[in-house]
Amino acid sequence: MSLWVWVIVACVVGFLTKLLGYLLPRKWLTNPRVARVAGILTIGLLASLTVANTVATGQQLALDARLGALVAAAIALWLRAPFLAVVIVGAAAAAGLRLLGWP
Amino acid sequence: MPTSLRDSPGARVGLSIAIATGLYGISFGALAVASGLDIWQTSALSLLLFSGGSQFAFIGVIAGGGTPVAAASAAALLGIRNAVYGMQLNALLHPRGWRRFAAAHVTIDESLATSTGQSDPLEQRRGFWVAGVGIFVLWNLFTLVGAFAGDALGDPKRWGLDGAAVAAFLGLLWPRLRSREAAAIAVVCALATVVAVPFVPPGIPILVAAVAAAAIGWFGSARAPEGEGLEPDIDPYRGTDSPGHSTGTGTGTGSKP
Repeated sequence: MSLWVWVIVACVVGFLTKLLGYLLPRKWLTNPRVARVAGILTIGLLASLTVANTVATGQQLALDARLGALVAAAIALWLRAPFLAVVIVGAAAAAGLRLLGWP
Repeated sequence: MPTSLRDSPGARVGLSIAIATGLYGISFGALAVASGLDIWQTSALSLLLFSGGSQFAFIGVIAGGGTPVAAASAAALLGIRNAVYGMQLNALLHPRGWRRFAAAHVTIDESLATSTGQSDPLEQRRGFWVAGVGIFVLWNLFTLVGAFAGDALGDPKRWGLDGAAVAAFLGLLWPRLRSREAAAIAVVCALATVVAVPFVPPGIPILVAAVAAAAIGWFGSARAPEGEGLEPDIDPYRGTDSPGHSTGTGTGTGSKP
């Protein structure tokens, strides 16, 4: 039940954030520092989510098939594969490594 | 004399980007179900949150064992860039009345990039709405397809869905690493995450990295170009310069080499 509450909270906050851009006085968000923080925050969060999903298992660090997925995805991106193909390559790499006996 | 909608370059680009982006709603749907959300919660995120990065962040934290509070926080922080996009689009399109709320809801990377890539105001408006509404419809449709497929797959690890999540996050990050500074920030935040994992509950390391990133942004040097890393993570104009429809293509954001 509490998961539902936070799903809705995330949705409401997400919409209000978008709406804020249309309602706030322009000069607030054209402040270069605000734009800079928003941009860097996006990069930092995505980098953190990538790593956390690769090596974290609860509070433990683990090197398993997900690391292979990361490498395979990086190669696919480097070869300019489209997003959906990258995701499939990641899944295939992890599933394939597990078939070969990796944890 | 304005072109008809059929010949509109903005609408044309908007439609192709809507199809490409809408399709990967499949991966969101499948991963959301694998992370432990039910089909209704998965659909609620696509219908109401409707921002790819924030949606993946929410399920990424849940999949890692984080609390729903941490998941909602990560999603909210990742959505902050949409406020800046909203400001840009408000200046460009001036939506009024109910359209302002509709425009806010479909303000995402792709609709901004499609709109700002056009130079004619009519095409900017068409590009924004076709991309925004088109993606909304297809993204939600394919979220459902992915959610039902994910539900049917069973054990997510056997199908490498945890690897798919890793690939999805790297895929969202990759196009933003256009500068050396961006790459350095990504490395710092990745290291902060790894260091934090053993010491704090799941989900919190992502917020630790967010604090580090915000501090770098706030206190860091102002030498870097304004809005570094804030470009939408797609370039809808890649490979669309067909003859006779080059109005405004290749300009604006998202077209950095």
